Amino acid sequence: MKITLPVDKKSKDANISSNLGRAPYFLFYDTETEEYNFMDNSAASSQGGAGIKAAQNILDNGAEAIIAPRCGQNAANVFMTAEIKIYKNISNSISENIAALKEGKLTPLDDIHPGFHQHGGRQ
Amino acid sequence: MKIAVLSGKGGTGKTLLSVNLAAVSPESLYIDCDVEEPNGHLFFKPQDIKTEKVNVKIPQVDQELCNGCRVCVDFCRFNALVYVIDKLIVFNEICHSCGGCRLLCRKKAISEIDKEIGVVQSGKSENVRVLTGILKPGEPSGVPIIKKLLQDEGQENEDVFIDCPPGSACVVMESIKDADYCILVAEPTIFGVHNLDMVYELVRIFHIPYGVVLNKCLEEEENPAEDYCLKNNIPILGKIPFDIELGRLNSNGEIVARKQAKYRELFQNLLNKVKKEVQHETASNT
Repeated sequence: MKITLPVDKKSKDANISSNLGRAPYFLFYDTETEEYNFMDNSAASSQGGAGIKAAQNILDNGAEAIIAPRCGQNAANVFMTAEIKIYKNISNSISENIAALKEGKLTPLDDIHPGFHQHGGRQ
Repeated sequence: MKIAVLSGKGGTGKTLLSVNLAAVSPESLYIDCDVEEPNGHLFFKPQDIKTEKVNVKIPQVDQELCNGCRVCVDFCRFNALVYVIDKLIVFNEICHSCGGCRLLCRKKAISEIDKEIGVVQSGKSENVRVLTGILKPGEPSGVPIIKKLLQDEGQENEDVFIDCPPGSACVVMESIKDADYCILVAEPTIFGVHNLDMVYELVRIFHIPYGVVLNKCLEEEENPAEDYCLKNNIPILGKIPFDIELGRLNSNGEIVARKQAKYRELFQNLLNKVKKEVQHETASNT
C-alpha cells in the first residue's frame, strides 16, 4: 500500500508538516517495497485551492492512505470520493507513524477544518 | 460628470462625502460600489426599491463527454477543478468564473450555468437616484456586481457619485476606471497619510484627475495628511471639520446636508469646487 505524509524536508528524519495543502514536500512510502519517495508539493505556492491541488497530486501518485495532523474540507471531499483513507499522526516522526500504521494503531482523522483560505496556516 | 470617492481605508468618510455631495446636487445618481458592506442606503432610505439579481457563470460537467484529459484541471489557477478516478469535480465556491475551462475543453464536456452572487437595488430619495450593490457573503469577488452597477451611466442632467470600497485593489480599480474625477478622502493621522499614499498612487496609474478632501480636521492641530498634500502638490478641495454635531447626525443615519443649512453650505461649496476642477481638467485635456 502506498501512503502519503506531508513533510518539512526531503529526508527520513523530516517532521510531519502541520498543513497538508501547503506542506513543502510529500513523502510517498510503499509499505510493501519499503521505498521512500520524496516529492515537491507543487500546490504549496498556489494562489488558492492549495488543498484541492495537493489532493489531486496525492491521488495521481497512487496513494491509498494519508497520515496528517489535519485536513481541509475541500481536500477531504476529494479523498472521500477517491476512497483514500486519512489517518491522524501520533507524533512528528515519519518512522513512528509508519510503524504505527503497520501495527494498525492509527485512528482515522476527524479534524476536518473548513480551510484557511489565505487567512493563516502558511509555513 | 462621474465622480469617484475613494480612500485607502474604511471609516475615513467616503460615504459621508459621496452621500452629501449627491444630496446637494440638483439631480444626481449615487452608486454604492462598496458591495461587501454597502451603507449609503441607510442614509438615503430610498423608496420604490427594485431588485435585480447578479449572476456569474460557473462550469457544469457532462461526465459522459469528459475523457479525463485534465487540461482544465491544470489550467485553473484557483484549483477549482479536480479529476477523481473517472469524474471531473467542480468546487463552485472557489471558481472565479473566468470561463477558461469551457474554452479549453476539446470534448465540449463543460458548459456554463448561472450562479447568483448578489443583487443590485435601485430606488429614489428626493433628488437622488440610489443604486446599491450587495454581494453575498463568502463570494470571491464583487467585481461582477460593480460592473452591473456602472452600466447605469446616469442621465444627462445627473451628477454621478461613485462611493468606492476601501483600499486600492480590484474592486476599487473597477469602480474608478471610467470616472472623470477622483476625490481622495483622508484623515489627519499617520495612518491617514499611509492610506492616502496608496490611493494617490492608484489614481496616477489610472491617469484620472484627482483632489483631496481632508476629513475630521481640528483647528490649530497638525494635519499630517494636509502636509502630505502640500509636499506632493496634491490639490486640496476642502476640509470637513471634526464636529461632534455632524458626527452625531451622521451616526444616526441622517444626511447632514439635508438636516442643517451650515452643512448644506459646506457640501455645496465642496461640490462647486469639484465641478470647477472637473471643468478645468476636461478643458485642459481637449
